[in-house]
Amino acid sequence: MLEITEGSHAVAEAVRLCRPQVVSAYPITPQTHIVEALADMVADGKLDADYMTVESEFSALSACLGASAAGSRVYSATTSQGLALMFEVCFNVAGMRLPIVMTIANRALGAPLSIWNDQQDSIALRDSGWLQFYAEDNQEATDLHYIAYRVAENPKILLPAMVCFDGFILSHTYEPVDMISQEDADKYLPKFAPKERLDAADPISFGMYATPDYYLEFRYNTDKALKDAKSVIQAAGAEFKQMFGRDYSAMVEGYRMDDAETVIVAMGSICGTIKDTIDDLRAEGMRVGLLKIRVFRPFPSDEVAQALKCAKRVAVLDKNISLGAKGAVALEVKDAIYSSGIPVYDYIIGLGGRDVQKKDIREVVTLAGKGQGNIFVGLRKEVL
Amino acid sequence: MALAVGCRARPGKGRDNKTGSWRVFKPVFDHEMCSKCGTCQTICPEGCITVDAEGFFDPDYAYCKGCGMCAEECPKKAITMIQEEK
Repeated sequence: MLEITEGSHAVAEAVRLCRPQVVSAYPITPQTHIVEALADMVADGKLDADYMTVESEFSALSACLGASAAGSRVYSATTSQGLALMFEVCFNVAGMRLPIVMTIANRALGAPLSIWNDQQDSIALRDSGWLQFYAEDNQEATDLHYIAYRVAENPKILLPAMVCFDGFILSHTYEPVDMISQEDADKYLPKFAPKERLDAADPISFGMYATPDYYLEFRYNTDKALKDAKSVIQAAGAEFKQMFGRDYSAMVEGYRMDDAETVIVAMGSICGTIKDTIDDLRAEGMRVGLLKIRVFRPFPSDEVAQALKCAKRVAVLDKNISLGAKGAVALEVKDAIYSSGIPVYDYIIGLGGRDVQKKDIREVVTLAGKGQGNIFVGLRKEVL
Repeated sequence: MALAVGCRARPGKGRDNKTGSWRVFKPVFDHEMCSKCGTCQTICPEGCITVDAEGFFDPDYAYCKGCGMCAEECPKKAITMIQEEK
């Protein structure tokens, strides 16, 4: 049923339908409305979960780690500085193979302090072993939570997942969102029943130490599980489509890619603005398309290479920067199509809440046409 | 040791980690000089020194990290640390 609702509240409702048994989170802008709504649901008896209030994000994810190891379905949400404070726990959760799902309402990282959107926070955790999904709109943000739990809890995968959606741009925007029924959610997402869990009657430790004789092999296994998740994501997306009609079976999604000479690659809500711009440019006779990255970890290199094989040039937009190098998406795309010889031009855009408009996308297409990349789009040179 | 998902382990699994590979210096026990006082066993932080039927003490090299505390504390200087070539 379609409902006009705030992005954060749509996500909270989807999380409720996933029936988490333990929720622990610490409020931080722009994630706050999600966890406020979940706290209300628990207090009102609409969600049968333990809501653990804690004094920091480090404790929130640590509480989630323990609850997940004890065999519960667990949920958290955070952003920016909060995610940064979870850094150590994030790596432990992945290494212990605990399928926690966490929403990231993407926000810039300080300093300078910024509460506004870019994707630096979750990108900084790209190496932590978590699955990372990026949503373009609130329908996708909502649906990706069911898929995230489905994939994360698969016994062959057992990895945590971040569902990332742009802070304010999506989290605080009212859009029509189709919510599935509890009955359908239960059908799609059966009860979490891990083979091994913390149990005083049958003691077990998680994340024991590994000597140099074993550490490399543990890292190999975690990396393999993340790469194996590709086929599991595709299957979970296909099944979701069968049940609910919306197709998330592909990790990348093309828009007007037929005969496109310039292909823009991007992640998140910016894709909507790009699609509108492409419609304008196509009407003017320019052959431009978009390749949206929905799954950043595991990175769908083969799918990207396949989708870009007919492009004359590629323009990658990054709402993040690996300082001293380039944007994270550009680095991955360059790696994926290295042997093709297709030029990749990279652009840093929309950091710290700088608005990205259609004129900015037009500028990127023009710059790529001239063969110019490695540019901060909209840089105000007068203040430098 | 076969790898368990998430490095999960039952109690006592620590024995599978053979810490002897950390060693640079190896303690060599001279039973001729040994007075069987057991100070080495008491002091060993790894708990890897055991006593045999005759009352002599020896380390388990699979776990001995080569810290040298036994050699330092031995009242008879019956334990010598020698560099180990691997």
